[in-house]
Amino acid sequence: MSTPAIALKNITKTFGQIVANKNINLSVDAGEIVALLGENGSGKTTLMNMISGIYFPDEGQIFINGEEVVIKSPKDAFKHGIGMIHQHFKLVELFSAAENVALGLQEKGKYDIRQVSAKVREITERYGFDIDPEKKIYEMSVSEKQTVEIIKVLYRGANILILDEPTAVLTPQETQKLFAVLRKMKQDGKSIIIITHKLHEVLAISDNVAVLRKGQYIGTVKTSDTNESQLTEMMVGKKIDLNIERSEPELSTDRLIVRGVDITNHDGVKVLDDVSFTAKSGEILGIAGIAGSGQKELLEAIAGLQKLDGGEIGYVNPATGVEEDLRNKTPMQIRELGVRLSFVPEDRLGMGLVGNMDIIDNMMLRSYKKGKSVFVERKGPRELADKVISDLEVVTPGPTTPVRRLSGGNVQKVLVGREIASAPTVLMAAYPVRGLDINSSYAIYNLLNDQKKNGVAVIFVGEDLDVLIELCDRILVLCAGRVTGILDGRTADKSEIGMLMTKQTGGKNDGKTE
Amino acid sequence: MAKQNKVHEPPFHIVKRPAIARWKALLIRAVAILAALAVSSLVLFVLTKKSPLEAMKLVYEASFGAYNKSSELGFFAQILTGRKFWAMLQELSMLLVIGLAVTPAFKMKYWNLGAQGQVLFGGLCSVAVMFYLNKGYWETHKWLVVVLMLAAAMVGGVVWAVIPAIFKARWNTNESLFTLMMNYIAIQLVSCMINVWVPTGSSVMGVVNQTTQIGWMPTMVFPESWGMSPSAKNYFFNIIIVVLLTVVMYVYLRYSKHGYELSVVGESVNTANYIGINVKKVIIRTLVFSGLLCGVSGFLLVSGTDHSITTGLDRGYGFTAIIVAWLAKFNPLMMVLTSFLIVFLDKGASDIAMNMGFNESVGEIISGIIILFIIGCEFFINYRIVKTHREG
Repeated sequence: MSTPAIALKNITKTFGQIVANKNINLSVDAGEIVALLGENGSGKTTLMNMISGIYFPDEGQIFINGEEVVIKSPKDAFKHGIGMIHQHFKLVELFSAAENVALGLQEKGKYDIRQVSAKVREITERYGFDIDPEKKIYEMSVSEKQTVEIIKVLYRGANILILDEPTAVLTPQETQKLFAVLRKMKQDGKSIIIITHKLHEVLAISDNVAVLRKGQYIGTVKTSDTNESQLTEMMVGKKIDLNIERSEPELSTDRLIVRGVDITNHDGVKVLDDVSFTAKSGEILGIAGIAGSGQKELLEAIAGLQKLDGGEIGYVNPATGVEEDLRNKTPMQIRELGVRLSFVPEDRLGMGLVGNMDIIDNMMLRSYKKGKSVFVERKGPRELADKVISDLEVVTPGPTTPVRRLSGGNVQKVLVGREIASAPTVLMAAYPVRGLDINSSYAIYNLLNDQKKNGVAVIFVGEDLDVLIELCDRILVLCAGRVTGILDGRTADKSEIGMLMTKQTGGKNDGKTE
Repeated sequence: MAKQNKVHEPPFHIVKRPAIARWKALLIRAVAILAALAVSSLVLFVLTKKSPLEAMKLVYEASFGAYNKSSELGFFAQILTGRKFWAMLQELSMLLVIGLAVTPAFKMKYWNLGAQGQVLFGGLCSVAVMFYLNKGYWETHKWLVVVLMLAAAMVGGVVWAVIPAIFKARWNTNESLFTLMMNYIAIQLVSCMINVWVPTGSSVMGVVNQTTQIGWMPTMVFPESWGMSPSAKNYFFNIIIVVLLTVVMYVYLRYSKHGYELSVVGESVNTANYIGINVKKVIIRTLVFSGLLCGVSGFLLVSGTDHSITTGLDRGYGFTAIIVAWLAKFNPLMMVLTSFLIVFLDKGASDIAMNMGFNESVGEIISGIIILFIIGCEFFINYRIVKTHREG
């Protein structure tokens, strides 16, 4: 067998008591794509951070082309031809693609942006990227920005590329394009490690799959010899039913009516443009769209956190049948109207919860105002905390643990648990399973389904189209702040949603169409 | 392995601790204080060529008084009746009360650097009442003057604290700069008023109402047989008031709805908005409370301590109080300890300087060293240093 391009031997990394990686072995040959699979907290990112010089391993060795190396910093990683494409882009918005590539280069001689552009173009042609080196970053779509990140590491001569969840922000079509590029790089002899959660993508792109579970190396299997259920079993340690149930909506009535909502943000950009829809009781309405298409603003507008520039938001009170106007009301005023609206925001620790407070105090956020006493009452919240911990199987040392110490899935359970505790009539959840492992994700889907059966109007903003199609009764597609379609979840298919997510509605979009 | 030698690796690296046992954290802090004492003794030894033990003794005696073997009183009785101990408690209380005043704002992550100005302006209002209401009717209603002084001081403190708060809440101005500048205004106002009140032009306001003692905090009456020092009598009520305020602040921050709201705002304005807390209202309300306490501090310094005013009324505690609050992680009960530590060091350092013929700077060097160690040890509480070893 030939020497692998990169090999890890018995890599161990601990953070305090927590063993993030224990005796990990992994090797990637030149011209090979390895998918690194594992649930959240299984240590994938820690491992990759050690290869790219962000962390230093406690124990173990790294070999590049058979030579042992020490990687102390990202600079060392570059020296050995390792390039990492992070989930969050690190680009200067006001610079062009070529300028971003040139940034931080330490080449001898004069700074010559044209030369950089020419080389960028050469790379683009070689691998079939679709990008203009002179285009500014702020004018780019998410997938173009990602392309710039990839070109950046290729320009620096990387032979080993690590991609951390590259498809999380892409539409199905963009994912296909990225995969085509990765295959070309593979033919060119590059070694690629791709971190992802999505099993069908693993099967589509990789040659081998390495699986981690709770910091342990479980094993490597050939992609051609495996299937989704085997991989899940390796990842989770037990068999999992991958089907999401979907019941027929019962006694559906209009609950939340949104009519022609417009919102302009601080920069004067229209983030929501004439958005209208109706959310019905007892059904799950999915919202699909590329990240940043106005999902956040829409939910915040309904929750009373965004000022509307136009349009109406009405809530049909289930007891009286009267429509209440929620437009430009504060969250407190909305609650005073008797509207039981729950909201699981995208930013869990920055908005939905207070990271430094314990579970009890976080439960109290919704209820502390009750009563006339000047003192807070912690008995109710304590009982609620205990109930949420036991009902939703939150893994925590106890109710007095600060929520930032919990893992992502458990943080989300605390938040969702609190939000459904107030018996809502409308439940909005933005990316509720982002970053959650399979078990926790299914627990959240089940909770949403339970709410739906209780007659709650559930609004679910998601990014995984497979899940949206399986879970939702109807799917609303947003593109650049406009509703481009409302589909039936039982008949919708992925490519159709993908098309609507990128559909440019000509004319009105001030020449942005291309 | 021969190859191993070729590869350079760092000998150790820094790792964040997940959570540390309470006893371990305490141990680290204790070691830090011991190390601080060792280093400062060394500095003293180099400077004075006197034994560090002697210096330590001086530091101790600065706060607790010298032990007199020939006295019939026991060790603790000597401390409790002595002048030094009560003077130390008085300073501790004044530092603590200003620390309490800045705490709610800091917990809200509102960086109020204006405690000095708030205390001064409160004190100025207080002194004005004392200065003008000293004749006729007021001579027979001394207690009413004290009450009016307290009220005036509170109003003054609130006004000085709430102006920057309103600007912060409305226009999101930078509160650190704003409050800092308010300090200078207060200092100049005090100088100005002293010149108005003191026609001789000496710019020093002597003790107000020296003979009538109108507007002076009452003294405590102890049984004669206890032999309490005059400091104990003079400062007793100051100290009691601060003890009460400490408890009140602890309860306010920990158990009241207001306290809960301000911690949420401090942790995340987004979360506060999300659950419908009126952030502007909370900012202003908290600073009203904060200013109120600064006013009380000004009152205690005027009525209970100096019976006069200078631009240095706050003794620099407006800023030291910030260290007190931070070191105690904004826990009012812990602040008793941190302010003791600082006052203890301060008094010790200045006594050393005096006894050994140095100026104040030596004292400041010593307190600087000690505070550096105390703050520096937080690093070792949050992180640990691990020796690198690769083959396990």
